[in-house]
Amino acid sequence: MSPRESTVSPKTVALVSSGRHPVSGRAGRAREDARAVEMGLALVGAELSLGHAGDPQDASLQACLKEYLGMFHGLDDDRGGRLSLLAMSAEDDAVPRLAAWLEQSGVRLVLTGQRAECGEGSGMVGYLLAERLGWSIATGVAAIEHCDDHSVTVLQALPQGQRRRLEIRLPCLIAVDSVADAPRQSAFGPARRGRIELVTDLALASEARVDAARRDWQWEPARARPKRLKVVKSTNARDRFRAAAAKSSASNGQVLTDLTSEEAADKLIAYLRAEKVLAPGDQ
Amino acid sequence: MLQTLLPILIFAALALGAAGAVRRIRLWRQGQRTPMVWRRLLLMPRRYLNDLHHIVARDKAMAHTHVATAGGFVAAMALALVVHGFGWRNPILGGLLLAASAVMFVGALAVNRRRLNSPTRPFPRKLSRGPWQRLSKSLIAYSLGMFLVSLPIVGFTPGNLVGVAPTVLGGGVLAIVLAAVLVWGLLEMLVGMGWGGPMKHAFAGSFHLAFHRRPERFDDNHPDASPKKTHDVHRGSRSTALFPLDLTAKTLGVEKPADFQWEQLLGFDACVQCGRCQSVCPAYAAGQPLNPKKLIQDMVVGMAGGSDARYAGSGHPQQAGGIDVGKPGFGHHRGGPSDAIVPQLVEAQTLWACTTCRACVEECPMMIEHVDAIVDMRRFITLERGETPEKGAAAIDNLIATDNPGGLDNASRLDWAADLEIPRIQDRPEGVDVLLWLGDGAFDMRNQRTLRSLVKILRAGGVDFAVLGEEERDSGDVARRLGDEATFQRLAERNIATLSRYRFARIVTADPHSFHVLGREYGAFGGDYVVRHHSTFIAELFDGGRISVAAPAQAETVTYHDPCYLGRYNGEFAAPRQVLAALGVDVVEMERSGYRSRCCGGGGGAALSDVPGRARIPDMRMEDVRTTGATTVAVACPQCTAMLEGVVEPRPRILDLAELVAEALVEPAPAVPETSTSSPSREEEPA
Repeated sequence: MSPRESTVSPKTVALVSSGRHPVSGRAGRAREDARAVEMGLALVGAELSLGHAGDPQDASLQACLKEYLGMFHGLDDDRGGRLSLLAMSAEDDAVPRLAAWLEQSGVRLVLTGQRAECGEGSGMVGYLLAERLGWSIATGVAAIEHCDDHSVTVLQALPQGQRRRLEIRLPCLIAVDSVADAPRQSAFGPARRGRIELVTDLALASEARVDAARRDWQWEPARARPKRLKVVKSTNARDRFRAAAAKSSASNGQVLTDLTSEEAADKLIAYLRAEKVLAPGDQ
Repeated sequence: MLQTLLPILIFAALALGAAGAVRRIRLWRQGQRTPMVWRRLLLMPRRYLNDLHHIVARDKAMAHTHVATAGGFVAAMALALVVHGFGWRNPILGGLLLAASAVMFVGALAVNRRRLNSPTRPFPRKLSRGPWQRLSKSLIAYSLGMFLVSLPIVGFTPGNLVGVAPTVLGGGVLAIVLAAVLVWGLLEMLVGMGWGGPMKHAFAGSFHLAFHRRPERFDDNHPDASPKKTHDVHRGSRSTALFPLDLTAKTLGVEKPADFQWEQLLGFDACVQCGRCQSVCPAYAAGQPLNPKKLIQDMVVGMAGGSDARYAGSGHPQQAGGIDVGKPGFGHHRGGPSDAIVPQLVEAQTLWACTTCRACVEECPMMIEHVDAIVDMRRFITLERGETPEKGAAAIDNLIATDNPGGLDNASRLDWAADLEIPRIQDRPEGVDVLLWLGDGAFDMRNQRTLRSLVKILRAGGVDFAVLGEEERDSGDVARRLGDEATFQRLAERNIATLSRYRFARIVTADPHSFHVLGREYGAFGGDYVVRHHSTFIAELFDGGRISVAAPAQAETVTYHDPCYLGRYNGEFAAPRQVLAALGVDVVEMERSGYRSRCCGGGGGAALSDVPGRARIPDMRMEDVRTTGATTVAVACPQCTAMLEGVVEPRPRILDLAELVAEALVEPAPAVPETSTSSPSREEEPA
């Protein structure tokens, strides 16, 4: 069934960030975030609201946020979109602000991209938010199949076009994959009508304001690393296709099924030790 | 009996017609209003005789028919008012009235002959039937009726007439028959004029000429106007720049008929359904769902409210009523002044099929502005609905992010010239003579050959030129034609800001779209430049003896394809032909060339919206080329080059004028760069 036929829609927010065009480096909609907004519009229509934590003085950021608001067309109602801009400076930590805001506004479903295209781009915001709020998180989501007041059924994208169906309890955070439906055009009129509301009255503990980890970092431009070429020696078209379509070249994994949670945890710990991710003494 | 009845009939018809006319004016004034300056109605007669009639006169037979019918009617009506209406039964006036009616009768016969449907002369498909077919009969009824009732004034009495008519009927019955015929004529000609019958065209057309939104089109003394005043060239200025859109307005573009300017609604209402636009429209010929004539009638339906059920011409291909659709008849599309146009009244595909080639506008005897209306509606779709066709939307996104529609790195705009050491204007603070504007063809490998040829020619001519390099952005042409006025204005403002930093005497470009936008459309945003298309500039180089070419090694037949944005938009027909003449090749003209050139199908974003049809427009154009027997088609536009080269082989060679010249160029001794003076704009028809 299409998501719009869902009877009840939980309060939904899409978190968006400023994208960076791969050729020109100009700010614009981020590809995955735009897909998250598209998914939200398809799910709850004009009820969707957007959120971003950033510097309200930044003009190019404003223009970029307007581009997301420009997607509010073709909906039942013509009011224009709303975006809450949580004011902060570049040194501040976005996570506590976003968490406080989400908690305060009674949101039950958060859609966002997997990773920002500029700034730290660590891909951690979703996990940190979910951890702080105690919510579930699903990443690499390609589509929402069904949504009601208590749970959401999604399709998660796996390598080689495989999909996995997940049913997740609400509230939850969904990180949208780049294979999700392409975002609709951003139009000038709706962008002009959309409102950006500045949020400054979040109750935050003072130590949560500044990004403490960031202060000690050293910054340098990223270097492009050479990529290993994958030479496929096969005369067989099917093999060549599979090799070309494969996302991961991991070959020595195992698929474990029908384990109890304890057994599964033991296996994982053993694997992490073997890979030297965990020191032998860690528990 | 008739003597008492006639004034009553005439004045009743006038009064009824006037009431309808007032209602009609109210319908037009539903549009966005500008003050109605009644004084401008005085402009009408001159505009009719001078401008409108000269377009009608491209079809000589029809022009004579119209002069007889319309002239006869106006004279007969005025005289009838005096003679029958006010009862001044002067035999001389009566004689004139008889003559006028007779002339109108002859005209009406010609109208009927044109509309006959016989195996040897099939009914012309461009015409409409229905009320228009009825009109041809009504013209006979009116002229005949007026003639017969006016006979007594010059001495023929009903008594004489009885001799002519079967005596059994008697004078009384004859008078009743005569009165009925006359009533029919009066109803059609006077009442119908006000109440939306086919004669509406005379009334709305007069107002439309007076209140036309582009008065420059009628201005013979305009600096752009053609120096020649012959019948079939454009007389006034080519007012072809799109109107800028106020981006702070409440609605962007046209959603519903009432969003049009009232002069536009008036213009639609003036349509005579002559179908000249239909027969020149490349999209219609290709079977894409656009018939400009039907589109204008759709707008009239929207303005007046109702459905298109009463339309009796050809429809939009692929749609109900279209020539190739099983579903006969109209009535599936409805509209009202405050109802959205798309998709109930006009389907989006119809608007996206237009190549903005202006063939319809050029051909329209009523001087209706089809392209303005289409772009207005596209503006709403793009700016408010965000429903630009997929590839068009991608091009717009790229323009926003990278300043070119391909999403390419703007710094690679000069990659094709890496070995040419083209001077940058940034290194020439003292200024240059020519700023070479590359356009987006700079990213296209085919067009890069043209640009290299052009650089070779400029060097041979000793021209002092430079380029902007990566500081050049797309002119915004495609964004504007796709309806994205916001992106267009942003690009225009940035380009104007860039150009204001450098000094140059003029801009030369090989891209007619850039030529048009920089030269004609940037003015509204504060950018006034002298812009030359490369064909004009090369012709000037030949004129000045600055370049010389070798005679062709073997005889070659070349035909020239006029780009819409160079020819119809900017009136440059002569320079490209001058260049070909200078090359010494045999030039054959296609049947449709000059101001009637057929579009290549690549303008107005049509190559991006790519609306499917029965045929491809460039294939049809290539067929025109083949018919001439030419082995090479000379082009002067990157878009035309790309579209025509998309036609499958075997086909004639496609070479840009610059390539043809560069091939034949004789390298001179190094010349000293000199600043040449610009010659006045050329607007001449090919011989």
